[in-house]
Amino acid sequence: MARLSGLQREVLSLYRKCLRAIRHKPQESRSNFKNYARAEFQKHLSVNKKDFGAVEYLLRKGHRQLEMYASPGIRNIR
Amino acid sequence: MASLRSTSRLFAASRPLFRPATFARSYATVETKNVDPVPSENPSMKTFKVYRWNPDKPTEKPSMESYQLDLKKTGPMMLDALIRIKNEIDPTLTFRRSCREGICGSCAMNIDGVNTLACLCRIPTDAAQESRIYPLPHTYVVKDLVPDLTLFYKQYKSIKPYLQRDTPTADGLENRQSPEDRKKLDGLYECILCACCSTSCPSYWWNSEEYLGPAILLQSYRWLVDSRDERTAERKAALDNSMSVYRCHTILNCTRTCPKGLNPGRAIAETKKILAA
Repeated sequence: MARLSGLQREVLSLYRKCLRAIRHKPQESRSNFKNYARAEFQKHLSVNKKDFGAVEYLLRKGHRQLEMYASPGIRNIR
Repeated sequence: MASLRSTSRLFAASRPLFRPATFARSYATVETKNVDPVPSENPSMKTFKVYRWNPDKPTEKPSMESYQLDLKKTGPMMLDALIRIKNEIDPTLTFRRSCREGICGSCAMNIDGVNTLACLCRIPTDAAQESRIYPLPHTYVVKDLVPDLTLFYKQYKSIKPYLQRDTPTADGLENRQSPEDRKKLDGLYECILCACCSTSCPSYWWNSEEYLGPAILLQSYRWLVDSRDERTAERKAALDNSMSVYRCHTILNCTRTCPKGLNPGRAIAETKKILAA
């Protein structure tokens, strides 16, 4: 696999954080959370990896969303 | 506001007196035609260049968009111009506003290179010169002119901006204060936390994670000198490190830009004196 840039690694690490956060959700809703997280990432697959501004913004937004959805009060997502 | 009123009056004249309730109010619509049914005699058109960025299209770069307004039909303040642009030219323009009289601090933005409140900033009458409007500098932008102030509020929370007391008052009534002690709070309690000063401070630009910034330090000083507060020692201990206060290098951009005419620079200097004592 090609060597990843720092920004690309950050994106992957955000994705991993999302997957880890999903493990704290109730068993029956985990697949929903996973689909949602994947869909959120897939929305922006077309962003050029050299478009730093856009990727950085999306990372910030992603972290914000993760923080929000990770709260134990949120048990399911559609 | 003048512009708002004039358009709604024009609108009222052209519609029947009674209508179905469903049409009673329309949201976010533009009157595409007849924006200016009666152009004024000799309009003085001024160009406003406004920073635009849409988070829904992150790959598009921020851009400056130009809008032309007739100053004779616009209220005197920048906020009037922005509201008029939003109402009549481009409803997608986004900015925060609330009180339109400089008491809420929502409409803080960078106008012609100076951080100020749009509602307190007069439109320069020189129509030949264009006005440039940006969001507060060195903040993440949420959309167009809306800055992300999460960090700012987090820092405000970190100084515990409320009265901390362990002992009840002798008579169980209010916490009283002598007029002299009350006077110490003048020039401090007026701060509306618009973040104009903090975002104008170069030191805060480079160290916003650790340095508290002028607005928060002014508030922190306000609680330090409050005679009713009993946790002064704790507050001092929280500030006594190399980053929180001592990143202030008395650049005094804060004092120069404050739209309420306060002096955060002095408050920081007094804080340093208290810490050194």
